[in-house]
Amino acid sequence: MTATPDPVAAAVAAAVEHYRGDPNYILQMLREIQEACDWITPEAIDGLQRALLLPRTKIEGVAGFYAHLYTRPHGRYRVLFSDNITDRMLGNLELLEYMCKQLWVERGKTSEEGLVSIDTASCTGMCDQGPALLVNNYAITHVTRQRVDEMCELIRNKVALADWPGEYFRVEDNVRRKDILLGSDCAPGAALRAALPRGPEALLQEIKASKLRGRGGAGFATGLKWEACRNAEGRAHYVVCNADEGEPGTFKDRVLLASYADLVFEGMTLCAFVIGAGRGMLYLRGEYRHLLDRLNAVLERRRRDHLLGANILGRPGFDFDIEIHLGAGAYICGEESALIESLEGKRGTPRNRPPFPVTHGYLDQPTVVNNVETFAASCLVAQGGGARYAGIGTAESTGTKILSVSGDCARPGLYEYAYGVSVGEVLAACGASEVQAVQVSGPSGVCLAAAEFGRRIAFEDVPTAGALMVFDHSRDMFEVARNFVHFFAHESCGFCTPCRVGTSLLRNLMDKLRNGHGSPYDFAEIERLNGILQSMSHCGLGHTACNPVLDTIAKFRPAYERRLQQKEFVPAFDLDWALEPARQMTGRDDAGAHFDTAPGEER
Amino acid sequence: MNTVIGKKLKVATTSLAGCFGCHMSLLDIDERLFDLIELIEFDRSPLTDIKELGSCDIGIIEGGLCNAENVHVLREFRRQCKILIAIGACAINGGLPAQRNQLSLALILQEVYHTSVGLANGLIPNDPELPLPLAKVRALHEVVNIDYFIPGCPPSADTIWKALNDILGGREPELGHGLIQYD
Amino acid sequence: MSGRFTIDGKIVAFTEGQTIIQAALAAGVYIPHLCYHPEFKPHGSCKLCTVKVDGRHTASCTMLAQADMVVESNTPALNDERRTLTQMLFVEGNHFCPSCEKSGDCKLQATAYELGMMSAHYDHFFPKRPVDASHPDVLLDFNRCILCSLCVRASRDVDRKNAFALCGRGIHTHLIVNAKSGRLADTDVTLQDKAVHVCPVGVFLRKDKGFNVPIGRRVFDLKPISAYVDASAAIEKE
Repeated sequence: MTATPDPVAAAVAAAVEHYRGDPNYILQMLREIQEACDWITPEAIDGLQRALLLPRTKIEGVAGFYAHLYTRPHGRYRVLFSDNITDRMLGNLELLEYMCKQLWVERGKTSEEGLVSIDTASCTGMCDQGPALLVNNYAITHVTRQRVDEMCELIRNKVALADWPGEYFRVEDNVRRKDILLGSDCAPGAALRAALPRGPEALLQEIKASKLRGRGGAGFATGLKWEACRNAEGRAHYVVCNADEGEPGTFKDRVLLASYADLVFEGMTLCAFVIGAGRGMLYLRGEYRHLLDRLNAVLERRRRDHLLGANILGRPGFDFDIEIHLGAGAYICGEESALIESLEGKRGTPRNRPPFPVTHGYLDQPTVVNNVETFAASCLVAQGGGARYAGIGTAESTGTKILSVSGDCARPGLYEYAYGVSVGEVLAACGASEVQAVQVSGPSGVCLAAAEFGRRIAFEDVPTAGALMVFDHSRDMFEVARNFVHFFAHESCGFCTPCRVGTSLLRNLMDKLRNGHGSPYDFAEIERLNGILQSMSHCGLGHTACNPVLDTIAKFRPAYERRLQQKEFVPAFDLDWALEPARQMTGRDDAGAHFDTAPGEER
Repeated sequence: MNTVIGKKLKVATTSLAGCFGCHMSLLDIDERLFDLIELIEFDRSPLTDIKELGSCDIGIIEGGLCNAENVHVLREFRRQCKILIAIGACAINGGLPAQRNQLSLALILQEVYHTSVGLANGLIPNDPELPLPLAKVRALHEVVNIDYFIPGCPPSADTIWKALNDILGGREPELGHGLIQYD
Repeated sequence: MSGRFTIDGKIVAFTEGQTIIQAALAAGVYIPHLCYHPEFKPHGSCKLCTVKVDGRHTASCTMLAQADMVVESNTPALNDERRTLTQMLFVEGNHFCPSCEKSGDCKLQATAYELGMMSAHYDHFFPKRPVDASHPDVLLDFNRCILCSLCVRASRDVDRKNAFALCGRGIHTHLIVNAKSGRLADTDVTLQDKAVHVCPVGVFLRKDKGFNVPIGRRVFDLKPISAYVDASAAIEKE
């Protein structure tokens, strides 16, 4: 008689072995266990606890933080519809409801036999080919009612995901305009070959001369960051690539990693050369799970080609390697200190700063955290020289910027332009007409109205991580802002009071307006909350959570005024509906069982 | 009391989902009632037994909103009173009655009328004369705009006296240590 | 490095490594706070201690004091923002003071008194947070938890038990205990643990004694919280 193999125990053992029992990799282990077991069972946590000698609180605390890790039973097929405003505009919620109906499952619940669960997720980075969804973290694009029908059939027949039609999972690059980066012919190793003979100091000077600035949106000078890290003392130095592209509407890193991964890894290697790092980590958002195997293959090839590993390109003592960490549904991990916490296998809570990562980053050691695009661009600098790079773009914003364009336009996708390009030029290129507004840099960015389309993409004018979401005149800008406010409430990490509670209060107020219960009183409350979020929050998420509301109030005020249907305060909830449970229990439906006054008649 | 001498202010009071403790505390201001009555006259109030609410300067409401009738009375007070004051824990945050908000109304009604013995022959009362309970007990400010709050369970006589003084004097009530209490 | 800075115009001395709040409290200048505790590493989550340093908002419990800083703290605008934070905490949980054994010994309540909070202002969330009465000596009432992490830190850093942690995210963040059952009885927590005594509100209640000190004679009944140099020590002595 053979013992029944315990799949959970096996999955735990495999994950622990994969990561050599290193507790810093707890998030990666949890992710792999879930891939094998559909959800993280209490027994899986038992196993991890025993193997890693960690307190249960630590494991549960981490598992509970990430939206795409489940510590309650979930279906064998876990479907998450991307819920960015661009998906909304393409009818994602109708498709979600349709799928729920077809599979007899309630949104957010798991079907009885544990087959399927269906819910929404924050933007999955497929805005150029939405509506999109994730099945077990694998992206499916261009979802239509027909595709939903087909998926339901596959799910009912319990067809393994690996056997689903490959075309479902096809993710297009949609590169619409190339410039020096997307058009680069830099062969793998070319930038390193150019930089290594001249030494790290010379490379640092080129980076500084290029005036390259961080492409994640904040625009910190890359040369200064590398120099500060190089000069910081520590047991070890680390290079971290921020590929947690969570800002709704942004998808350029997806394409860079899909088709330009060598540039990204090479840029990280250049950085390692400058700062003296031996280890690099790429933090890939969980929504880009489909890229993982491909990226690992690129890393393997680069190792074979001596572009990674010991004595890179034969240079004695230049040892560097890169590993990929996957996120699990947490926008906040795009914040660099939260990202580092997550890399260390913790809850993705932003740290208190200072100190900054350049001196106290991964494992409290000097760490450079840069955006995917920044690393890729650094290859162009290493190859062509800083001066040449600095000659492109504007004086304060050198080089090019890759823009992720989505929403109401004929040709969504990637557009690379030298800095200084006007928003209007980009709109013309992507075939947008009747444009009412453009949300630049996602919900945390800025909303531009038509009068501002002459403004330029540059750190000194409109800085951006790269997203342009286009809204034509048919769109309701209040609903756009409301979608973004829901996003922030969902993604708040919960660490600080103002953001944890304030984003929920703001969401409730926006919903109150939507439901026709808004009055000038509520409008004043919204403005007040905006102020508290901006001044009291712990990190950028809270500081910017009110931006979409502030901007749309300033520029599209009628969209709000339409909603202030009440002159005086009325409740946020439907008073008559508050009697419904009692009506059901008593069977009453007489006049006294209802509130007769329509909202607005009372003070 | 330092307020503009003139016409007496009309004040109405009521207790919704409360225990009348706040009203008792109001009476506890004792001999200061004589000072107060120089300045105000009571309209509808348990103290006067006037049932119909007329136009008033100030409405003072104890208790939260537990059923439809509470809401009707509160709205009537909001319509008739220039200034509305929520007094006591129940009016301000639902208080003791709001402890039921942890359970669904259906569960509560089932427990009381179906499971427990001896009440209403196992039937949930459905007489149209009875006000229906709300799904959740609510604080007053969640349903109408409230101008002032006097916290406490109940607020002490001194607290009420100080707050009313401030309000009648046209000032934002400032209670200070010892007078501001939530328990 | 040591030196002086001003807070609301008052000159305060500090020694190297002191945060603004540490230097201020030592000088008898009260700055409202909830997650700060003198015996623990600064956390910076409640944000009640936010001050303005040279015109910019910052948490005074995590910001190191520096010479010649100009700090604003006791201003109507900052106290207004702090009051809003206490109101957020009140609506987020279920804070029903009249029935709470910690009433009068509670830093949240006392801070709200200090800031003149007359109501919670916002709609109450009324979250469902069942109590845990499983432990023979300690009752856990999660309704009052303000997620300050003090019990988490005390259990990890002092008791070395890791008995508590925050789980979930955003508005769903909640306290968990170190047991598969989720019950305190199944942990190694004892009445002697620091974690049981650091709670600034009323999550942890001793079962063996209650209402030892009558309402009206409790820590913050005697003096307002601003009059205590170390309010945490005062309530933990109770």
